[in-house]
Amino acid sequence: MTYHPREDIAQRFAEIHPPLDPIAALVEANRCLYCFDAPCSAACPTHIDVPRFIKKIATGNLRGSALGILDANILGASCSRVCPVDVLCEGACVLHRYNKQPIEIGRLQRHAMDHFYGNGAKLCVLPPREGAAKVACIGAGPASLACAAELRKRGYGVTIFESRALPGGLNTYGVAEYKLRPSDSLREVELIASLGVEFRFGVSVGREVTVEELERTYAAVFLAVGLGPGEPLGLPGEELNHVVDALSFIACYKTAQTISVGRKVAVIGGGNTAIDAANAALRLGADEVYLVYRRSEREMPAFQFEYENAKLEGVRFRFQTQPVAILPAGLECVRMELGAPDQSGRRKPEPVTGSNFLIECDMVILAIGQSRFLEFLSACRGVELRDGNVVVDPETGRTSNSRYYAGGDCVNGGREVVDAVAEGKRAGIAMASWLDGTNA
Amino acid sequence: MADLTTVFAGGIRCPNPFWLASGPPANCGEQVMRAFDAGWGGAVWKTLGEPIVNVSSRYSSVDWNRQRMMGLNNIELITDRPLEVNLREISEVKKRYPSHAVIASLMVESKLEAWRQIVRQAEDAGADGLELNFGCPHGMSERGMGSAVGQVPEYTAMITSWVKEVARTPVLVKLTPNISDIRMVARAAKNGGADGLSAINTINSITGIDLDTLTPRPDVGGQSSHGGYCGPAVKPIALHLVQQIASDEVSRLPISGIGGISGWQEAAEFILMGAGTVQVCTAAMHYGFRIVEDMIDGLSNWMDEKGFRTLDDFRGLSLPRVVEWKNLDLNYKIIARIHPEKCIGCDLCYTACWDGAHQCIHLDRVAGGNGNSHRTPADIEAESSRRIATTPIAKLDRAGGNASGPYATPLARIPRVDEDECVGCNLCALVCPVDGCITMERVDNGRPFESWEQRMSKL
Repeated sequence: MTYHPREDIAQRFAEIHPPLDPIAALVEANRCLYCFDAPCSAACPTHIDVPRFIKKIATGNLRGSALGILDANILGASCSRVCPVDVLCEGACVLHRYNKQPIEIGRLQRHAMDHFYGNGAKLCVLPPREGAAKVACIGAGPASLACAAELRKRGYGVTIFESRALPGGLNTYGVAEYKLRPSDSLREVELIASLGVEFRFGVSVGREVTVEELERTYAAVFLAVGLGPGEPLGLPGEELNHVVDALSFIACYKTAQTISVGRKVAVIGGGNTAIDAANAALRLGADEVYLVYRRSEREMPAFQFEYENAKLEGVRFRFQTQPVAILPAGLECVRMELGAPDQSGRRKPEPVTGSNFLIECDMVILAIGQSRFLEFLSACRGVELRDGNVVVDPETGRTSNSRYYAGGDCVNGGREVVDAVAEGKRAGIAMASWLDGTNA
Repeated sequence: MADLTTVFAGGIRCPNPFWLASGPPANCGEQVMRAFDAGWGGAVWKTLGEPIVNVSSRYSSVDWNRQRMMGLNNIELITDRPLEVNLREISEVKKRYPSHAVIASLMVESKLEAWRQIVRQAEDAGADGLELNFGCPHGMSERGMGSAVGQVPEYTAMITSWVKEVARTPVLVKLTPNISDIRMVARAAKNGGADGLSAINTINSITGIDLDTLTPRPDVGGQSSHGGYCGPAVKPIALHLVQQIASDEVSRLPISGIGGISGWQEAAEFILMGAGTVQVCTAAMHYGFRIVEDMIDGLSNWMDEKGFRTLDDFRGLSLPRVVEWKNLDLNYKIIARIHPEKCIGCDLCYTACWDGAHQCIHLDRVAGGNGNSHRTPADIEAESSRRIATTPIAKLDRAGGNASGPYATPLARIPRVDEDECVGCNLCALVCPVDGCITMERVDNGRPFESWEQRMSKL
């Protein structure tokens, strides 16, 4: 195991998409065709009016550009860095069918947001109306932050309850460092705090305060608790102390004082988190990092661009490989063959008898999905769950209990930051209009 | 192989029709010789006259979408070098480049003796021709010269005749566009005996205002003054004015076309409109003398492709096609046709037709109308804003990708032209970023040619 002090993290995790310099931004902004009813805006879960903010960059109206972005997406800065733009706005750009060079929307958005945060980051919102109803948001991740901003814009008071020490959710603790640093995430939370949103940190709802107590003080509750700890794999040896959960590993290197990483690391899983963990292990100094996935490259749920990037980073992919035991010396695996398609439509992997082999490693990272906060969510009376996820009306985020709304990973099962923002935004707007009705 | 050699206005010979216009690129002999080395066929020397004093700054420009110098304006005056230096350099250039054309641009006070003297001096130095600068719209005009002469047909005729009494070489009169009917001055120049016309000089302009200092450009110590506008932006104006004088029976003379020419295409256009030579200034100021290489090469290739051997083979061919509006065929009908396989789905044609034209392009290949009427742009935007979009997470989520329908672009985003309503205005084809995606196609309505004039005469 090697240990690193925090200081060299910035150097090891240089930004993967560095900012555009002002001239590059102007040149890029001028390439935008300014489509009508633009597909990039339609593809954005928060429906940022992309051509409009790009046009404003082109005319030198950077403040107007930033305010337009923030109006649609209060986390416009982090989204500009962490969004998988290849499958969202930039993936939808019509220039794919023109000269094959889509507009760099993410970096242009960042350009406008950097201007905003570099120039005082001021948004004007009226203080809560006298006697206005208050809303409790549970969890200080992107969904709650977006929900709270919409409620504050509409005159309602908001308190966000967060069990951890820092706000921002996965933006602070879970996004790969070369995309977003905790300081960027926290700067964005400060903007939301500046709108008059109250924060209670280190308060775990259900423990320090009950939902019944919240119901007495708050007119409505927004559930945005995200997902729980990583799922166990159910393998012998999982309790060994060189086995870590991917999100804990990532949270640790992003926020803890010292970071440890193995010399040879095996990451189990084929999603984006597995890739983030594998890349991080390499950047933190591991000599060899293997990503072990039981199906083939084709079935891997990670985004294609993440896979391509991980190959460039030096991650060694071991496809059709299933771990069967974790040993002190490494990971015992078995080869898999793909059979007929299963319920998910993907070809079902079947173990090849007698093909057992060992991947030598001194650290094993599990990235096979997160558990649900079932105990807490079941305590919210009348809130229907399906497969562990909160069931909501997609247009309003309203749960089966009319005072409860929900959004983010605890609803969608774990999508992107921008999806959480969109759900929080829709819920915030819907809650305000519901509260308007009950007050009237 | 195309032959570009040119004989202009009764005796000015040059290897090609590309001349540097009178201006900064033709300020001194060293520049002109380098220009000839680069391939220019001739140069009109920066206007000779009594040396003046210039200000700084002198130029300002109009940029468009990061493209620099779509239009350029200047408040520079005529040459600031001593006359004898310019004359000495003209003879030097002529000695070294006998087959290239050197034209002396002239501007002196409106006195008979002053004009006669400078004509003699320029010709003695070896100039192949003279260009009378009756067009410069700034500074000199305040002193009764330049456009102050060119805006009064009588003055134009008088000074031209003074010059013609002593000139041994062809005399060109350079016309100002800052006048209501350029043909009046062209006729006066012809009456004065001019051998040719140069058109156009620069256009009165203020290019813009600095929004920090509130001073218009160019800024001379917190003040500005109107300047002469040129560059690509003025080409359409210049082309029209050249057409005006080229089509005028009364003033017909050889024309040296000027205004926004920066490549072989514009040169071809001016020649098709009747020009004998073309003059270039802004493009050479922007990119240097080297641009002439593609002017020669491009024009030659185009001529070869079209089967034109000499410039005379196509000179003026487009002139008969410019007629008065009343003679256009009212029964000629075209409509827009969108080629869906080329459409990229930007829908700029849709918004242009709805907001800027005749509301006959619709986005209804998938979604239908709105009751009896078509969906408006606002309807469409409202529908999009209500649609819930999520990030496609697994590769499986993305099966089918963007494509919906038989084309690369989703069918819902490919606009449709209502051919019964389309008036054939061209706007959609003009805004479409893709070449050949929207074509304007002839519709045979079986009606014979009928102009407005003919229709009125039947009443």
